[in-house]
Amino acid sequence: MIGFRTLFYKEVLRFRKVLTQTVAAPVLTSLLYLLVFSYLLEGRMRVYDEVAYSAFLVPGLVMMSMLQNAFANSSSSLIQSKITGNIVFVLLPPLTYWEFFAGYVLAAVVRGAAVGLGVLAAAWIFVDLPLRHPAWILGFAFAASALLGALGLIAGVAADKIDQVAAFQNFLIMPMTFLSGVFYSIHSLPPFWQDVSHLNPFFSMIDGLRVGFFGRSDVSPLASMGVAFASLGIVSGIALAMLKSGYKLRF
Amino acid sequence: MVAAIEVRGISKRFGTLQALEDVSLEIGQGEFFALLGPNGAGKTTLISILAGLARADRGQARVMGYDIRADYRQARRALGVVPQELVFDPFFTVRETLRIQSGYFGMRGNEAWIEEIMEALDLGSKANVNMRLLSGGMKRRVLVAQALVHKPPVIVLDEPTAGVDVELRQALWEFIRRLNGDGHTVVLTTHYLEEAEALCGRIAMLKLGRVVALDTRANLVRKPHSLNLRLRLSGRLPAELAARDHGRGGGEHLLRLREYAEVEPTLTALRSAGCVIEDMELEQPDLEDVFLEIMRRPEAAVAGAA
Repeated sequence: MIGFRTLFYKEVLRFRKVLTQTVAAPVLTSLLYLLVFSYLLEGRMRVYDEVAYSAFLVPGLVMMSMLQNAFANSSSSLIQSKITGNIVFVLLPPLTYWEFFAGYVLAAVVRGAAVGLGVLAAAWIFVDLPLRHPAWILGFAFAASALLGALGLIAGVAADKIDQVAAFQNFLIMPMTFLSGVFYSIHSLPPFWQDVSHLNPFFSMIDGLRVGFFGRSDVSPLASMGVAFASLGIVSGIALAMLKSGYKLRF
Repeated sequence: MVAAIEVRGISKRFGTLQALEDVSLEIGQGEFFALLGPNGAGKTTLISILAGLARADRGQARVMGYDIRADYRQARRALGVVPQELVFDPFFTVRETLRIQSGYFGMRGNEAWIEEIMEALDLGSKANVNMRLLSGGMKRRVLVAQALVHKPPVIVLDEPTAGVDVELRQALWEFIRRLNGDGHTVVLTTHYLEEAEALCGRIAMLKLGRVVALDTRANLVRKPHSLNLRLRLSGRLPAELAARDHGRGGGEHLLRLREYAEVEPTLTALRSAGCVIEDMELEQPDLEDVFLEIMRRPEAAVAGAA
């Protein structure tokens, strides 16, 4: 237990030491999206009857930044440790694979939450945003950050080079994020793409997060929560199996 | 008393490379043990297997009686490893690095011991300096400190003095000798044979993944031959002696003799061949001679010795 707490602490300390890069930068990026898109599209897009487009956009941006940063936290920490060789410091001690998993993934959740809160706080300055069901917000924020933290762990363990992690991020995480309804309601899509979007767990998590703010969504939040936690369960299972086998870490 | 390290029939293959082949050895508690061998002999692989960084294809190993697979947590607690590569985490200071490493081993409130090892390794003034900013020698000291942070009974050092200046090397050896004096079992790999000779009680030599010699330092040095006869001649070495020449060229010859009684016939042979001795030295062989001789043996002899 002390081993897990130390690894968790170390991973949080690691991103806390470079906050401008790990929190401030993504918050600024999201804010720029918000300002540009809401300026261009305010009034032209009506998503739910009573919700302004700028307000609709905020939960999507919050979720997007949480997803990307949770992924970045575990994946970049692991790939850097592997490349520099200091991964031995966590391989030599008697840490169990559960402690290893929980340490990296929960630190990614903290990073995701920090960035998400930052985006939200900044957005609140410009946008009037309701807050209907905070419990849904917490639930989806946790599930999403943990899912991406676990995906980042898989990518960081499996990759041999930094560009392989970047490929994972650019060709999987980014498309899934952009095609999940960050900037639009999937009801504005043709029926085929609506069905495709329903299969995307990132869509469930963004849609679910919107319930927390507006009390409205495209899909039932319970169903979305089911998809989010089922995805988390599957991805965690894969990550734990990799760690248990020593894949790419213990030769 | 349970062995500090027990290795039984360990084999390990990386692709087509047989890194270790049926390696067995036992290291007693309190020993100062050296693993010698050229690059690629399997020293680091063997250490990696003991530390859980690599997994053996066959065989078993125990550290302080704990199986490295079944009781890996106890086995890793009993082992402190100083890796060969100069690795560090650039995010943290020296003190943070050591605190974090203590925590990984389940230790809290380890401050007094951390201060003590920083003091002993002369790291006190660097405690709050980021790892990035340390010199290579200082980083090496931190690696040693990290290996000791959980007070392991068995300490393994994988070429700890490679690329380290003379002063630090001396300081490190003095420190490691003290640890051994305090009862720690010390295992080291090194390229500096004189180090193994000066420090270690027993030595295992590895070649192409096999143990080719395993004995006390004194026995190893005594075994293959007992005398070196160094000669500088005017004229050529007679044919029957030239076949036994181990000299490095440049007019210097080195003959290996089993006993003093061989000196006389050798000199007779030289005289009758018309050689004039310009310089002659008779010396006890050192570990380097033994090492080179064992490493030069043909494959068949290697397999036989193992």
